[in-house]
Amino acid sequence: MKTLTAILTASTALAAFPAMARDVTLTTTLNAYGGDGAYLAYYVTDASGAYAGSLWMAGGRTKYYRHLSGWSQASGGDTSEVAGITGASVGAGQTLTLTLDLADSLFDAGYVLHVDAAVEHMRDSANEVEVPLTSAGQSVSGGTYIQTLSYGQ
Amino acid sequence: MTRPLHRLTGLILGLFLTVTALSGAALAVFPAFEAWTAPALPATAFELVASVTKALPGVQEIAVSASGQVTAYTAEGGVVVDAMTGQALAKVAPQPWLIWLENLHRALFLGDTGRIAVAVLAAAMLGMCVTGALLLARRAGGWRGMLAGQKGAGWGRIHAEVARLAALGLILSSLSGLWMTAATFDLLPAAAGADYPAAVSGRTGAVLPLDFPAKDLRGLTLPGADEPVTLTTVDGEFMIDQGTGAVLTQAAPTWADRITAWAELLHTGRGAALLGVILGLAALTTPFLALSGVLMRGLTRRRSFGPADQAETVILVGSEGGATWGFAETLARTLKGPVHLAALQDFAPEAWPRAQRLLILTATYGDGEAPASAKGFLDRLAKAKPTMPLAVLGFGDRSFPRFCAYAVEVARVARAGGWPELTPLATIDRQSGQDFAHWGSALGAALGQDLSLTHHPDLPATQSLTLTTRRDYGQALQMPAAILRFALPNRSLWARLTGKGGFQPGDLLGVIPQGATLPRFYSLGSGARDGFAEICIRKHEGGLCSGQLHALRPGDQVRAFIRPNPAFHAGRRPLILIGAGTGIGPLAGIIRHARRPVHLFFGMRHRDHDFYHQEDLTEWQAQGRLTGLTLAFSRGDRPHYVQDALRDQAVTLREAMAKGARIMVCGGREMGQGVRAALTEILAPLGLTPDQLAKEGRYAEDIY
Repeated sequence: MKTLTAILTASTALAAFPAMARDVTLTTTLNAYGGDGAYLAYYVTDASGAYAGSLWMAGGRTKYYRHLSGWSQASGGDTSEVAGITGASVGAGQTLTLTLDLADSLFDAGYVLHVDAAVEHMRDSANEVEVPLTSAGQSVSGGTYIQTLSYGQ
Repeated sequence: MTRPLHRLTGLILGLFLTVTALSGAALAVFPAFEAWTAPALPATAFELVASVTKALPGVQEIAVSASGQVTAYTAEGGVVVDAMTGQALAKVAPQPWLIWLENLHRALFLGDTGRIAVAVLAAAMLGMCVTGALLLARRAGGWRGMLAGQKGAGWGRIHAEVARLAALGLILSSLSGLWMTAATFDLLPAAAGADYPAAVSGRTGAVLPLDFPAKDLRGLTLPGADEPVTLTTVDGEFMIDQGTGAVLTQAAPTWADRITAWAELLHTGRGAALLGVILGLAALTTPFLALSGVLMRGLTRRRSFGPADQAETVILVGSEGGATWGFAETLARTLKGPVHLAALQDFAPEAWPRAQRLLILTATYGDGEAPASAKGFLDRLAKAKPTMPLAVLGFGDRSFPRFCAYAVEVARVARAGGWPELTPLATIDRQSGQDFAHWGSALGAALGQDLSLTHHPDLPATQSLTLTTRRDYGQALQMPAAILRFALPNRSLWARLTGKGGFQPGDLLGVIPQGATLPRFYSLGSGARDGFAEICIRKHEGGLCSGQLHALRPGDQVRAFIRPNPAFHAGRRPLILIGAGTGIGPLAGIIRHARRPVHLFFGMRHRDHDFYHQEDLTEWQAQGRLTGLTLAFSRGDRPHYVQDALRDQAVTLREAMAKGARIMVCGGREMGQGVRAALTEILAPLGLTPDQLAKEGRYAEDIY
């Protein structure tokens, strides 16, 4: 299976000064769901469930973003939230690897990483993955489109 | 400019257009299948949602496609349901073939670059349709003529006929495809989704506003109590409170969204499956159009023989398809002395210092216009100083209304400009080698050369036909004639399937007499489905071919081939058939299969001697195939020609023509002219003329 690698240091809304930040590698492997490339929105909510910021958007056409309804509701569908942190959609069975520069304060403080997924001709899947941000890292299995998602330093 | 543009686009993009069109045609199958298999929808969206939620209690989302397919999603996945009963029909499974085809069709597997390339192809297809329509109109002599059916023969005719059928479908597909590409690239003002409401009541149980036709529903989510319902219809997206049933926020489609919805309906056939299938069939013609276009093109060529400044004889060619060049090359090879051969548009007498004569061989395009290689020639000829004698030879097809009109015009301008006439204007009908040889001997006489022109237009392979029966007439008048019937060789299954070797009454049988290389053509009085080939021929004094044919006994063989002559096929209209002498041949073949009103006017010399097909005509009248028969005898107590018979029946004729009848005339040249003149008088009160009817495909002549 092909591995799609987007090694980068993203300057996200959640990045901080280097001294108080860490590099986190986020690996997402998709199921062979038998469809076109998936749009994936990565975003974070705080302990109260309020939107804290977006980490990554896989998929370039903004007209489809409203199908990522969790992200769309949380962020108000504001495309400037993902400006500069957008990449290609991810094909079925492929793996997306992201290296993000995230603030220390996001970890072990009740923040939750969400991933929404949408594929043409197929059912939208908001909150396909929900995983708390912890220093120890996490590995979880997904749902319809995401097979596994893991992150760690 | 139109023609080169059309050809070049076709040649460069033909293969890609074929890929896009064929994948599009294959995709048209999916919505048709969906529409065919989808069960009926209940009347309102409310009933639809009620029956689905009742049958599937855990349903989270309902989606309705434009084809009417209803899918319900639960935590376990999606199922296609019967919206009347709520019953699950099939699990939603991936359709890898659909996705593969879509990616090929939209983007040639090349992502956004490919999408742009395909949009360029759609624009090119649109351009091909427009330039093609202009060419067709020019070819048929006007837009009305274009609708009446195509004339001529070969790949050109087939290309024109198929294109005429497919053009509208191809235009719709390309236009809607271009619009959809613009929508995909966000170039159109599209509505965003409805805003997420600030707060909801947190209760459930309200009656949702679903009192509209079920076919207008596109989607409905049924989330937990703390979230609003999202309703999508053809009129936009609505967020609805589950406790109050109130619409909290909504987004209406823009004008562009509404056009996009129409474009998708047209382009994909989702919601209009039959239209989708029709557009798919239109797309299927693309490879055929590309191929026939190339085959048409293969005929064009140009060669110069000797240099212009050395030539004593200059031959200029005005050609549309290229066939006239073949004749010109034969002439150039046969003539003595240095010859220069060029296109009519290269007319430049100042560049021919040693030229002693100018020979112009030209075809005519459409309604008397200049052929492609003669642009601007007439203007320059009118201005040029006459410097040498000139001869004009026109090439054409007598079934077209203005036979050799361009050649006639060239001769007129030359005469008006004072160019001496080397030989009088002559014409070649349907690439007749005999006509050409005849003109050659006249030219030879004028030049003091023995000029024997033998041109072989590429002849099809011949087959041996065996005479089975013959019926003889006219011995007493010293004018022997016979109806000859030949057995057909067995056609292979492949030939039957492809229509190869097929023919109809009105097509021509090319017979190559022994000891000759050029064929003589006879109109066929039967079709392939009769199982025999029949011709009616008179024996001509000293005629090589008619002599040999008349000497045939049953069991003897001749070498022959079929040449299609679609201009003289029966068509579908009621018929008025007019024939004299052996001209009855193809007309009898048409009556044999007629299932519509047919009135035959038949002129002959004497009832007892040359009443060909007498028994057949009586039988067909009894069977009701021949609904009217008027005979004219030019010898006997009351001499009467077929023209006179027409005048006697003027009222009947006018009635039939007012009802849309088609006239078909077959016989000798004099008779053809007489009939034309009589019909011009007879039809004048209706405001119709034979010329005008010919343009509409309602007046066909087979004159010899």
